[in-house]
Amino acid sequence: MGEDMEEEYEGGVVKKFMFVNRKAPYGTIYALEVLEMVLISAAFDQDVHIAFLDDGIYQIKKGQDTKELGMKNFSPTYRALEGYDIEKLFVERESLEERGLTEDDLLVPVEVISRAEMGELMAGMDVVLTA
Amino acid sequence: MKFGILVNEGPYNHQASDSAYRFAKAALDKGHEIYRVFFYYDGVLNATKHSEPPSDDRNVIKNWQKLAEDHKVDLVVCVAAGLRRGIVEDSLAPGFRISGLGQLIEAGIQADRMVTFGD
Repeated sequence: MGEDMEEEYEGGVVKKFMFVNRKAPYGTIYALEVLEMVLISAAFDQDVHIAFLDDGIYQIKKGQDTKELGMKNFSPTYRALEGYDIEKLFVERESLEERGLTEDDLLVPVEVISRAEMGELMAGMDVVLTA
Repeated sequence: MKFGILVNEGPYNHQASDSAYRFAKAALDKGHEIYRVFFYYDGVLNATKHSEPPSDDRNVIKNWQKLAEDHKVDLVVCVAAGLRRGIVEDSLAPGFRISGLGQLIEAGIQADRMVTFGD
């Protein structure tokens, strides 16, 4: 983390940030590097939201085993988010259903909302960062 | 208006960087401010000084460089994403600097609008 940012966030501005995960956890690096953004954002005392939709839902699916892929299984990190006071996790219901998944398949507590509700939620954000 | 820009893709492989550059240039020409351009994911490759495209093609890296020269735009490369991809201090074209992801979050806080270019 940068040394200079500590003073910079002292401005006291709290914005609604949303990190939108749309891609599968492995195959591309996007999911991992979004997670790195999320973790850094915790240092700025912002109102952080995370959304999972499309294949992004697989990022928080239980029972990930990446041994054969030769990649690091970073899914336990999602469980650690609570420790950073990042607890506003949203999952799109349609994306879950399209993939035959339910809330029980997910490894962290989330709020399941409809596609329309997700759209409304996003519209209310100040900053939406996606990959 | 004060814009923050996030570039998520490398040059040439993807149009994101060209689009981000053209957006930034158009915004500046209209009198808006670019608070910062942050390069993340393969976007960090936009900062390499070793790029030499064919002479009949646009030069993506030079375009960014010129933007920094002409308008003092802050071009920031993510240190962690850069390290993964071999972009370090010695690889940087003039006008770019390396810093942490905090600079992206801070841009989101300071800018009126944060615009992402990439997939």
